Amino acid sequence: MSDPRVVIVGAGPAGVRAAEAFVAAGLRPVVIDEADAAGGQIYRRPPAGFARPPSALYGLEAGKARRLHAAFAALRDRIDHRPGTLAWNVWDRVLHTVRDGVLAQVPYDALVLCTGAMDRVIPLPGWTLPGVFTLGGAQVALKAQGCAVGRRVAFLGTGPLLYLVAHQYRKAGAGVAAVLDTSPYGLRVRSLPGLLALPALVAKGLWYEARLRAAGVPIRTGVTPLAAAGEGAVAALEYADGAGARRRVSCDAVALGYGLKPETQLAELAGCRLAYDEPQDLWLPECDALGRAGNGLYLAGDGARIGGADAAEAAGRLAALACLGDLGLAADGAEVLRLRRRLRRQARFRLALEAAFPFPASHAAGLPDDVVLCRCEGVTAGQVRAAGLEKEAAEVNRAKALVRLGMGRCQGRVCGTAGRHVLAAALGRPVAAVGQLRAQAPVKPLNLAAAAAAAPDTPL
Amino acid sequence: MPAARTPASQFVRVAEQGRPRLRITVDGAPVEALAGDTVLTALLLAGRRVRTAEFGGGERAGFCLMGACQDCWIALGDGRRVRACTTPVSDGLAVATR
Repeated sequence: MSDPRVVIVGAGPAGVRAAEAFVAAGLRPVVIDEADAAGGQIYRRPPAGFARPPSALYGLEAGKARRLHAAFAALRDRIDHRPGTLAWNVWDRVLHTVRDGVLAQVPYDALVLCTGAMDRVIPLPGWTLPGVFTLGGAQVALKAQGCAVGRRVAFLGTGPLLYLVAHQYRKAGAGVAAVLDTSPYGLRVRSLPGLLALPALVAKGLWYEARLRAAGVPIRTGVTPLAAAGEGAVAALEYADGAGARRRVSCDAVALGYGLKPETQLAELAGCRLAYDEPQDLWLPECDALGRAGNGLYLAGDGARIGGADAAEAAGRLAALACLGDLGLAADGAEVLRLRRRLRRQARFRLALEAAFPFPASHAAGLPDDVVLCRCEGVTAGQVRAAGLEKEAAEVNRAKALVRLGMGRCQGRVCGTAGRHVLAAALGRPVAAVGQLRAQAPVKPLNLAAAAAAAPDTPL
Repeated sequence: MPAARTPASQFVRVAEQGRPRLRITVDGAPVEALAGDTVLTALLLAGRRVRTAEFGGGERAGFCLMGACQDCWIALGDGRRVRACTTPVSDGLAVATR
């Protein structure tokens, strides 16, 4: 029998470690990645010609970034690396890709999806003004472009990334107007026992916060976001402080993020069911503890369940080992157990993290009627409520059909989270009951030029 | 206290300024950029907008900066439509934002 065809989507921490395991077993996996260089978002590399060393780009994580980049570089001749390539559909054990307008079909025996995550956001009045960016986006601008997204940036949302990116901005000499965290500080203290499953991460978090405070950056917890304000572009951020008093911080940019949400579209198209996960308040693809989703499909990293970069490295390797075992190729049983143990510790930490920095669902559910939820097509919270109350949309896909929530170019990546909370609250139903927006191919916009360029004997 | 001044650009360079310079045009006007900049970076160093939203007309300046939100699609001089945040500039590139 010829070698099994293994395809990995994503070359972040999970994808790189998966590729490494397949290569060690003598296979030559195809590695498809949208970025031009491996590393994922977390260990993203700047374009050629940029000069900052890893210590400046990745801070305390520089060692991990360097090791991951080196591991991938060592695989170069032994994998089929396809950078700058979008995987836009999965059908009948064939992955469909496009690179520079050229379509390709990649049949597989095993598909390992390491698709990563993006920021989870809650809209607020004024959030479509120029100057409001995602938190991850603010980090990308700094890391991959050497730019701050503004001269005075307000960081709004919750989660450890809020403090990390604010710290990175301050360290780079960019102006940090404030860090505004919706989570009350007491939750962090209460979650400490669970967080101590990974004491080094707690220490890092405290370090970032201490550096920000030492630099005089105002840090407010338990806030309620009110609006991004300005004429034509952001000039201030308005919020209610922990005591309920209305405050205003002047800024020319807002970095917005409430944790991460996984990119699950390809898993869904490959036939994987999604299930609601209450602690993360996310719809996650169903798979076993090793990442097996059945039918030759394997999932790893933040695209399967939000766990961060360290967990993603372990999960990527574990999914590859599980896959090798399923293919009848030897996998080290002791290592599987070790990786599972490591992931369990990560999961305990993650659970405590969710409790310390909970997603403020009530902020999303209570957005004023005139706030735009959908940046693509300008659908408002009021329209989604009306779809539920007047047009009897009992779940979000019906609301999509009626008022076009999630119908735009991003396919609900940005509005989906707030949309289901707005609809559920309007209907008085639990948020799990209104479902989540289904994935459709192509998972990202495809230039029709690409379709035209396809050879006539390779039908779409 | 002086009146608050609206800054002319959204982004500000804080590192990596030693790269080769090149020129692009934005809606016909010359704009200087550095090799390795994305189109979005070049636009937001020159102003505070990337495009005008086709639903509702408000000005937009991108959002996720990582190719996910699709809020920075613009046109190039050769008719191609691209995502500004994932498209690198090249010397002489013509960008149309309106």
